[in-house]
Amino acid sequence: MIDYTERIPNNVDLGRDRVLQRALEHWQPGYLNWWYETGPRDTSALEVYLRTATSVEPDGWAQFGYVRMPEYRWGIFLQPRDEIRAINFGVRKGQPAWQEVPGELRSALRRIIVTQGDTEPASVEQQKMLGMSSPSLYDLRNIFQVNVEEGRHLWAMVYLLHRYFGRDGREEAEALLERRSGDADNPRILGAFNEPTPDWLAFFMFTFFTDRDGKFQLCALAESGFDPLARTCRFMLTEEAHHMFVGETGVGRIIQRTCEVMKEDKIDDPSDVRAMGVIDLQTIQRYLNFHYSVTLDLYGSDVSSNAANYYTSGLKGRYEETKIGDDHLLSDAEYPVSEVIGNKIVSKNVPALTALNERLRDDYIHEIEAGLRRWNRIIESAGIPFRLDLPHKGFHRQIGNFAGHYISPQGEVLSQEAWKKREFEWLASPQDHAYVQSLMSGPVVEPGKFANWIAPPRRGINNQPLNFQYVRFN
Amino acid sequence: MVRQGAEAKLNGVDFQTDPSRYRHWRLSFDSPVATLTMDVAEDGGIRPGYKLKLNSYDLGVDIELQDALQRIRFEHPEIRSVVLTSAKNRIFCSGANIYMLGLSSHAWKVNFCKFTNETRNGIEDSSVHSGLKFLAACNGTTAGGGYELALACDEIVLVDDRSSAVSLPELPLLGVLPGTGGLTRVTDKRKVRRDHADMFCTNPDGVRGQRAKDWRLVDEVVKPQQFTEYVKQRALKLAEQSTRPARAKGIALTPLQRTFDESGLHYEYVDVRVNRDARTATLTVRAPESVSDDTVEKVYAAGAKWWPLQMARELDDAILSLRTTELDLGLWIVRTAGNPGAVLAIDDFILSHQDDWFVREVLGMMRRAFARIDVSSRSIYAMIEPGSCFAGTLLELALAADRTFMYGAQEGNAAAVTLSRMNFGALPMVNHLSRVAARFYEDVQQVEMLRGKIAQKLSAHEALEAGLVTAAPDDLDWGDEIRQAVESRTALSPDALTGLEANLRFGVHETLETRIFGRLSAWQNWIFIRPNAVGENGALKVYGTGAPVKFDWERI
Repeated sequence: MIDYTERIPNNVDLGRDRVLQRALEHWQPGYLNWWYETGPRDTSALEVYLRTATSVEPDGWAQFGYVRMPEYRWGIFLQPRDEIRAINFGVRKGQPAWQEVPGELRSALRRIIVTQGDTEPASVEQQKMLGMSSPSLYDLRNIFQVNVEEGRHLWAMVYLLHRYFGRDGREEAEALLERRSGDADNPRILGAFNEPTPDWLAFFMFTFFTDRDGKFQLCALAESGFDPLARTCRFMLTEEAHHMFVGETGVGRIIQRTCEVMKEDKIDDPSDVRAMGVIDLQTIQRYLNFHYSVTLDLYGSDVSSNAANYYTSGLKGRYEETKIGDDHLLSDAEYPVSEVIGNKIVSKNVPALTALNERLRDDYIHEIEAGLRRWNRIIESAGIPFRLDLPHKGFHRQIGNFAGHYISPQGEVLSQEAWKKREFEWLASPQDHAYVQSLMSGPVVEPGKFANWIAPPRRGINNQPLNFQYVRFN
Repeated sequence: MVRQGAEAKLNGVDFQTDPSRYRHWRLSFDSPVATLTMDVAEDGGIRPGYKLKLNSYDLGVDIELQDALQRIRFEHPEIRSVVLTSAKNRIFCSGANIYMLGLSSHAWKVNFCKFTNETRNGIEDSSVHSGLKFLAACNGTTAGGGYELALACDEIVLVDDRSSAVSLPELPLLGVLPGTGGLTRVTDKRKVRRDHADMFCTNPDGVRGQRAKDWRLVDEVVKPQQFTEYVKQRALKLAEQSTRPARAKGIALTPLQRTFDESGLHYEYVDVRVNRDARTATLTVRAPESVSDDTVEKVYAAGAKWWPLQMARELDDAILSLRTTELDLGLWIVRTAGNPGAVLAIDDFILSHQDDWFVREVLGMMRRAFARIDVSSRSIYAMIEPGSCFAGTLLELALAADRTFMYGAQEGNAAAVTLSRMNFGALPMVNHLSRVAARFYEDVQQVEMLRGKIAQKLSAHEALEAGLVTAAPDDLDWGDEIRQAVESRTALSPDALTGLEANLRFGVHETLETRIFGRLSAWQNWIFIRPNAVGENGALKVYGTGAPVKFDWERI
């Protein structure tokens, strides 16, 4: 008999919950197999300076120490329960939040949880090779931190499936371990999570853009009338912040290094920049265009009856729902969405209830713009006239009203032929990828050293110095 | 008030099309397999106001499907199996477009379902009678009407990509029932156990992977990487069961020559005259005066102009047009003209050449066209008069009618009817019975007595005696009897008449098809107009708006 409470830190009374114990007896070994098979490659023996959540108290959610990753204590934590929490939106607004799954919403709720849960292991799979080319021990530690926490987020969703959804939930939890990112036979559910993350620039872009989709989805679910989901997501959000920090500072440090070289050597032609072994700003723009556009697709159709149903029934709110000053019913409200008519992009108002995906996407774009301004400030302070831009919302989209249309980053509606002709002006070409990968041939393992193409961070993790042994190789 | 008919004509519903005009399907041939690929154009709705997203369909999409099936049947005899699949990524078909249903009148919905049902029945009909086998290659989500389309095929293969499911989400999502035979085929055809069927039909997510196979919802689940190859192999395997010829030349289905005007619909052999004040339509079907196409070679040369084929296509188009555009014309009066001897000769020819693929397809076309009459929600009277041609095939029109009036005067040019072999099983109704057998509740003695009268010209008296006609008023009574019969009929409740006629036409013998049209569509049509579906807070009404559903919990 395994003592789960020792192995699995939790605040859900796992020691006394037989339903959960039975579910985990099957699932936990499956999870470890999954980690060995698709987690970071050849890393089982490494000792990594990681934070582990051991409780939800302020001093408990970030305990630092050396851990072998397979022995990481993936825990189950929900933010403590607020006894008087009510449903804050939709037709059941004002009623007490649900502590058990309402039968009539079971299918919808399960689908929401499975879709969210599926993204968590996917990113681990996408990043499994990157340890082999890490630019420093600091960055190696960070990617592992992201990986184990994505694993924990999977645990969080699986907990909900096990605890609240019976046999169906157990089957869905199994399936979460069986799908594989990019597997033609058995792909992850959402498109962006089947795209490869072949290099560190892609990884940083992914954590900045795509993990931020995760944040916005979690924020919307943190408003849920199903209290266990809301509380789970709230705790996950505390961890998610670090992932986006890794992304934003990672891209920022690459930009900074490129700008330093451009300034020192007084060069601005991309081929001269590449000759110095750093990544030209144009390539960074092309990576940005890709990750931004595939992430916008994750929000789903501009007009969505599912999103409307989720809101009305109280399952999924808006970003910062309770801070919005309206009726939280949206029965008569409208919201603008874009549509392509002929060769024009036009805006039209639709019932706000059906446009909730679009609204969340807009909230996301707003936050992305702020991050982009910070990156541009790095370029500006180096005195370089280049600026990074966000492409038009309709650029390179596969889902929603822009799907099937060919939109340039400037927002022109083009023919397929005209778009294809310019594709590699806007998106990284195979040559661009080959160049970026050529920079990342092997890991930098000496404490305090950083690869040539990236600047060191301002400070270390948990107040440790930059030359700290973040990963021990035994 | 704008007349329904005039309004519908403005909307331009035309049941004739051809592959060069398809917007939603692609038809490709790799003998012996044809592939019908659904690729619905979002902006290609037959009426304004909705987008056909996610390979959802409306009447226009199904008209193309029906046309494609006809092309395969007649123009490509070398085709022995048909793969139905989709060009969309991870979606096979998501069924009838919900927004279209939400915008449509009740009559439009019912008529739409009827046509789609007939098309799916036609798929099964071709499998049984023509040896044309169908494989549903469900390469993604297969929901609602999408699954119903798959159910009509001989075999269903579902991609096993961990997310694609088959489902009938009508009940949990929309508060209605699957409208295209879904429930009936799940039980009668696929023999899904009733508790599994109950779970399946109440779960909006449906069933995927191995469980879909275990529950008999699909025949096989196949990984995406093997899917294309598996489908190809199965299609070839199905083709082996076929009796279609390997090297025959197809018969082109040339466009029908027709004129639609204020007075009605006019074809070469079929003419429809409308009387809007009386709310009747008179259909006259004309037989040829003589038969020159008396060898297989001549029949091939005639092609689409061969009388039984052209007549059946014209009749088919007229029925569909009347049903869709002339809702107020509640009584169809059927007449015939031409040479009964010619019809009897053609009947003999058709039945003696059933080993020929083309003659067999023509019989199929006739069978399906006549079967549309039985399920039309219109009262039907047949008028057998001097000079009319109710013989053999055309006598089926009288046997399909709710009442048959025969001119009773014996003198001079008297009215007559003639039975042929065609009336004893070659043109079954949807209950799989000949109209003669159904009329007499399968009374063997009666049917055999009638079989003995094949080729005899029966007078009004004899026809009445034999039970083939309802009444035979003489020349003095005829005019007034007929007038009163028409006027009294058109005064009755159209809804109640639809129910009455459907009850009486099919009698005791149930089949999958009668269950679909009768039981299911009666329930479905009831549910479709209940407030729980279409009231202000009904499930179908609020679908997609995010507004809450409010049910009246009373069970009825």
